[in-house]
Amino acid sequence: MAYTDKVIDHYENPRNVGSMDKEDPSVGTGMVGAPACGDVMRLQIKVNEQGIIEDAKFKTYGCGSAIASSSLVTEWVKGKTLDEVKQIRNKDIAEELELPPVKIHCSVLAEDAIAAAIADYQSKHVTA
Amino acid sequence: MTLKLPIYLDYSATTPVDERVAKKMCDCLTAEGNFGNPASRSHVFGWKAEEAVEDARDQVAALVGADPKEIVWTSGATESNNLAIKGAAQFYKKKGRHIVTMTTEHKAVIDTCRALEREGYEVTYLDPEPDGLLDIEKFSAALREDTVLASVMFVNNEIGVVQDIAQLGSICREKGIIFHVDAAQATGKVKIDLQDLPVDLMSFSAHKTYGPKGIGALYVCRKPRVRVEAQMHGGGHERGMRSGTLATHQIVGMGEAFRIAGLEMASENERIRMLRDRLWAGLQDMEEVYLNGDFERRVPHNLNVSFNYVEGESLIMALKDIAVSSGSACTSASLEPSYVLRALGRNDELAHSSIRFTFGRYTTVEEIDYVIALVKRAVGKLRELSPLWEMYKDGIDLSSVEWAHH
Repeated sequence: MAYTDKVIDHYENPRNVGSMDKEDPSVGTGMVGAPACGDVMRLQIKVNEQGIIEDAKFKTYGCGSAIASSSLVTEWVKGKTLDEVKQIRNKDIAEELELPPVKIHCSVLAEDAIAAAIADYQSKHVTA
Repeated sequence: MTLKLPIYLDYSATTPVDERVAKKMCDCLTAEGNFGNPASRSHVFGWKAEEAVEDARDQVAALVGADPKEIVWTSGATESNNLAIKGAAQFYKKKGRHIVTMTTEHKAVIDTCRALEREGYEVTYLDPEPDGLLDIEKFSAALREDTVLASVMFVNNEIGVVQDIAQLGSICREKGIIFHVDAAQATGKVKIDLQDLPVDLMSFSAHKTYGPKGIGALYVCRKPRVRVEAQMHGGGHERGMRSGTLATHQIVGMGEAFRIAGLEMASENERIRMLRDRLWAGLQDMEEVYLNGDFERRVPHNLNVSFNYVEGESLIMALKDIAVSSGSACTSASLEPSYVLRALGRNDELAHSSIRFTFGRYTTVEEIDYVIALVKRAVGKLRELSPLWEMYKDGIDLSSVEWAHH
């Protein structure tokens, strides 16, 4: 299977690989996918007091397109507000990386990971 | 010394044609060469071509201990499997309509059985043991009064395990059941002596044994006499079992390839075993590395390994300097991991993490050493990226995690 240059670039030089403390109240963690499906993506965001994502980290078990999708997303979410980030759609990721149809699910997973990370962060900041 | 990249370690997918074979084939193509139709009876062009075809038939028969009259040319092992299974099931249908085979067979066997199911046959698909081998008792217990045919492959294409064909065959003989064996991956790798082996039908391929693609053969036993219904009708070639003009150059290529295999098998297998053991020794000191299929009862040409917590397709991407195949889903559009590894009872992570290395005539020690270093680097890098590896390192039992399936 031929990969696009963008996928290869993210795969060979993944951005923002790593982990943050899950217990930190400023960190939201989203883990989506399952080993059974061959993809597990973990996205973490660190949100500052102004509600802006100041850092993002990922780790992904999955094919090259899954790794590239999550690497790209960490770049895209940094510096944005949660509301802005919620606008990112899987279609945007698939278009940027020129994913073939059989790899669209990787971009869907990346969108799910953003939503899960935001949900986790917000669950730590429930305002009565 | 300089290494030529990429390194080919996918000999079970296909082998290059041996130079000696290619030369013989070229002699059967042009006006200057042996181009005649082997079925032409009225002139020397036909006679010469027929002689070449019959010499090749002798060579193929010699490698497997058969009588040349028991060898029927086909287009490859897929066609041989179709002819054997459909042909025997249809010819003997009055006896019964039940077939026994394995879940780890090649698709050419499984899909042929599925086609027969649509014609009203009943098929039992037996799972192997976790080591890939078929349990003799389970096989015996699956045979019924109305079982007409059993089909078990000699050497598995994904994991390289060697089934106990002699024992399976004698059980079939006792019960009067036709026994077919797909030996596409076996020629030149294991000794085959059909004088002794109680096998009724055996499929062969040329291109897994340094012959050309597009040619194969079916062994059809004469003592006891086994009959198959033709699947290809026409001029009545191959004693009516398979019509179609014989491809002299292909047939000559298969004959020469099998002749060379017979001569060089013993020394070649020793050399390849040494290479395989060297690779396995080099990989084994990594953590969480698992061999798929029994180590002893397998051909030396195959090493199928799961690198836990690393997904197979991403690993193949990192191993772009070597040509290997993966049992992982993503290499195909199916999104299902290898059905062979699943049949062994491997969990999904391990099934998704497998790489099949297959070695052959042109593999060198230098290549193996390069591969060891490359695989170690790639697995290390991908584990750094893998949340599953991190969880494993943190002592989290992955089977206890509730995954968000999507």
